[in-house]
Amino acid sequence: MNLIPAGMTRRHFLSHMAASAATIPAVQFMQHLQVHAETVKKNQKACILMWMGGGPPTIDLWDLKPGSKNGGEFKPISTKGDCQITEHLPKTAAQFDVLNVVRSMSTREADHGRGRYFMHSAYVPNPTVVHPTFGSVVSHELGTKRKDLEIPSFVSIGGDPGSPGFLGMSNAAFVVNTQGQIRNADMGDIDQRRLASRLAMLGTIEDNFIASNRGDAPQAHKDVYKKATDLMTSKQMTAFRVDKEDAKTIEKYTGTGTPTGGMRGMRGNNDFGRGLLMARRLVEAGVPFIEVGFGQSWDLHNDVFNRLKTAHLPMMDTAISALVSDLKERSMINDVVLVWMGEFGRTPRINQNVGRDHWAASWSVMIGGGGLKGGQAVGATDADGLTCTTKPYLPGNIWATACHALGIPTTTVHTSKRGRPMKIANGEAPIAELIA
Amino acid sequence: MRMWCGSRMARWVAASLAVAISASVAMTAEEPGSKDAKSKAIAKDAKSGTKKAADEAKPAGKKREEFTTGSSDVLISYINEQIRQGWADNEVEPSEVAGDGEWIRRVYLDIVGHVPPMEDIEKFLADKDKAKRSKLIDKLLDDPAYVRHWTTVWANLTIGQTAPRDVSRKGMEKFLREAFTRNRPWNEVVVDIVAAEGNYEENGAVNYILAQMVMPDDGVQATAKTTRLFMGMQVQCTQCHNHPFNDWQQRQFWEFNNFFRQLTKRTVQKYDAKAGRNVTDYVELNRRDNVDDHVTYERRNGLIEAAYPRYFGQDAEVAKKDKDGWDVNRREVLAKLMTEGEKPLVSLAMVNRMWSQFFGYGFTKPVDDLGPHNPASHPDLLDRLGAEFVKSRYDVKQLVRWICNSEAYNLTSQATKANEEKDNPAAGTTALFSHVYLKSMSAEQLYDSLIVATNAHKSGRSSWEQAEDKKRVWLRQFVTTFGTDEGDESTTFNGSIPQALMMMNGELVKDAISAQKGSFLNAILSETPQDKDRIRRLYLTTLGRNPNAKEQQMAAGVVRVPNDQKLAAYQDMFWALLNSNEFIFIH
Repeated sequence: MNLIPAGMTRRHFLSHMAASAATIPAVQFMQHLQVHAETVKKNQKACILMWMGGGPPTIDLWDLKPGSKNGGEFKPISTKGDCQITEHLPKTAAQFDVLNVVRSMSTREADHGRGRYFMHSAYVPNPTVVHPTFGSVVSHELGTKRKDLEIPSFVSIGGDPGSPGFLGMSNAAFVVNTQGQIRNADMGDIDQRRLASRLAMLGTIEDNFIASNRGDAPQAHKDVYKKATDLMTSKQMTAFRVDKEDAKTIEKYTGTGTPTGGMRGMRGNNDFGRGLLMARRLVEAGVPFIEVGFGQSWDLHNDVFNRLKTAHLPMMDTAISALVSDLKERSMINDVVLVWMGEFGRTPRINQNVGRDHWAASWSVMIGGGGLKGGQAVGATDADGLTCTTKPYLPGNIWATACHALGIPTTTVHTSKRGRPMKIANGEAPIAELIA
Repeated sequence: MRMWCGSRMARWVAASLAVAISASVAMTAEEPGSKDAKSKAIAKDAKSGTKKAADEAKPAGKKREEFTTGSSDVLISYINEQIRQGWADNEVEPSEVAGDGEWIRRVYLDIVGHVPPMEDIEKFLADKDKAKRSKLIDKLLDDPAYVRHWTTVWANLTIGQTAPRDVSRKGMEKFLREAFTRNRPWNEVVVDIVAAEGNYEENGAVNYILAQMVMPDDGVQATAKTTRLFMGMQVQCTQCHNHPFNDWQQRQFWEFNNFFRQLTKRTVQKYDAKAGRNVTDYVELNRRDNVDDHVTYERRNGLIEAAYPRYFGQDAEVAKKDKDGWDVNRREVLAKLMTEGEKPLVSLAMVNRMWSQFFGYGFTKPVDDLGPHNPASHPDLLDRLGAEFVKSRYDVKQLVRWICNSEAYNLTSQATKANEEKDNPAAGTTALFSHVYLKSMSAEQLYDSLIVATNAHKSGRSSWEQAEDKKRVWLRQFVTTFGTDEGDESTTFNGSIPQALMMMNGELVKDAISAQKGSFLNAILSETPQDKDRIRRLYLTTLGRNPNAKEQQMAAGVVRVPNDQKLAAYQDMFWALLNSNEFIFIH
């Protein structure tokens, strides 16, 4: 049974239904509706954040120190670009014409919570204000302009996205797992008419509470329900269905066979690869910001080299190289900014457990696509990786670069709930070397 | 699951509602949340209406002089004075005192973790006793649900919502349950937790330390978490360098850490034939003997230094043997030092945290960051409460009494023109407590409000463990863990879309509004003949108030359907109520 007129999105149908349920009979109402043609916009800008929760040892990935006591076990190899990376990312190296490493990140915060907050928002934690995570910023700037987008404009796939802060819960990350099953999105046997009736009653109760002057939270609750209703009635939900892709594509992202990491590696690989594949589908549906969590922790306080080469790096290599080549094949690479980061790097010094600890003073972030230049290593650290020898960069520089690629003016200023102006990306400048 | 939820829910709600109608008249005047209700109240009772208007014209301080919950504790007057001083200093006027309907819902959710059963609301509203609020607070503190609620709160704080590998949530809860049941002095509880050793089921307190040992880290996480959670000191960044904003030194972190260097855990496995592999049988937290008397750490300039066990500059005697001939348990030495004195940080941290549990904000933001770099909003009050808490022998229930009997806790959550700007901590102002701030129900509070309240209310604790197990399974859907050494986790039960979807389409609410035979809605339809009364019952059950005129009118329209569609119409109404902002917020 489909009560919705052809060409009309279910969202529009519902919002009209909710407003009119009490007055006009639905069928009569429907006759007056205009046919609404859905147009999928091509070449929309988007950003995919690959979140390496736990803090990746970037000295072993992007900024190797052969010959140093801190150098570790891995050797550098050349890439398709003008820089070297670890030997354990050969397929990614082959895509480095569009990717870059920023090697002079210096970010102060070496605590998971604070680092996560700083890297996501470009602001250090402050007790008087909650700064929006960058996905919420993009949702606010781009998502609200995409009127055809019925699913949330900020999706976190097994990521760790942080708070929308003063931009409000309607810009919060929509958190899903890599299987793409959206829990509770199915209304079951409740038909459109009953849903409309429910929503109309809900609206009355909510409006009464909103009017009673108890702060912003009651309105935010209503806004989120609106988004949730849009989502559960939208055809765009198929974007979450990675299983709609052909087997070959899935295999490309997730790998085949059993990597040396065994079962554990296999599963992780699947998760991150699946996440990136879903991200590509979401970009195609018009979602401007997707965060994909790695699926395994990078908090490698011990046995760092074995774990990297058997688990983390093979799965990462497969997934990222698949995404980049796929975006190239689909002519999307110049519209999609890719950012790879964690909350901090790890100590150059190798500890007694053959691990590396938290380190924020000198580490690397990977960024590319989106029409940015490629193939570069921007910035440098000293021979032992202990300090930045060039201009140090902050998360604000990374996000300002992303802003540039996304077409969001870096002069944008938001206003906190208390009226305090907050510059986008903390007012930092884009990284000049990356701007084409 | 489905049947269980449905029938429990039905029994609770149906019983609760048996007396609802008589309560409803009294309710009309209770809810300041609706303008209709307010104007009705004034129209109905011209005298009280005039009095209200006159009160509003008077300066706020004057009007408040007489407010009391009925408690005669002098400390409560002191709390009220201090809070009022904050209002005066910031030129803010307090909102009105909350109506009994608003207040009873809040105090139930805050002390026992679920909405009040219908008959309790009714009894409370009809009660003419001037001391009824303080009496209700006492009653709730003796309710078994008080123990359950605070066990949940502290289990989440100590080991997280998802217990890490080799940590027993059951064990931790058992320990906490005993502590809250017997209202054990908080200092003793802290000592037991910090110093705990042994089997993770037999001495559940060990799970706190075990949860900080997910990765081998020389007790760093245990050090950081213990100082933060129990002392309100954020020293984790001093692991690597001196604190940027205060006097805390890197050395001090490692001096604290020294106390945690004897930690060793033993995981004993057994073969599980069903799973076909070894599984954890039990875990023990043990003490290593012959641990170095000092730890070494690296300064930023590369120098290696040694740190001995010291507590704020005070040398700790650890080079001793205990009665069994083992090295003395350094954590026990630390725990005793932590809980000594007239106003130790352990006391201040607990006072601050408990205050924030009830008000949504503590005296500092964040609540676990006390120190000279982060001045408290009400420093004298925090100090005094800290000292009095010690004098009360760390009586947690007494602390709750002080907080809940305070004037500030008894105000409405409706802001006014005279306080909405300057007292809006959600927007970043200092919390002045001139009106009560909205809090979102936790997932546990929602669950208990819908289901477990039945249990607590009716039949006692026979199926405590079973009920807790079911609840944990349900809760798991919201939590993501990040596998970091700090055991970080996040929840999608945070007001975002997944929570909304769960409320709209999930099994829990589906069961609650079930139309099966014997369900709550069936009962309402058979026991209450008039639609008007049925609607009112639904509102009272969920929101603790009557529908206003507009809501009543709309609801009446919705249920004006043929009999065979009635049930569905009521289901839809119940659904709307449970999904509303007014239901999910504690206000």
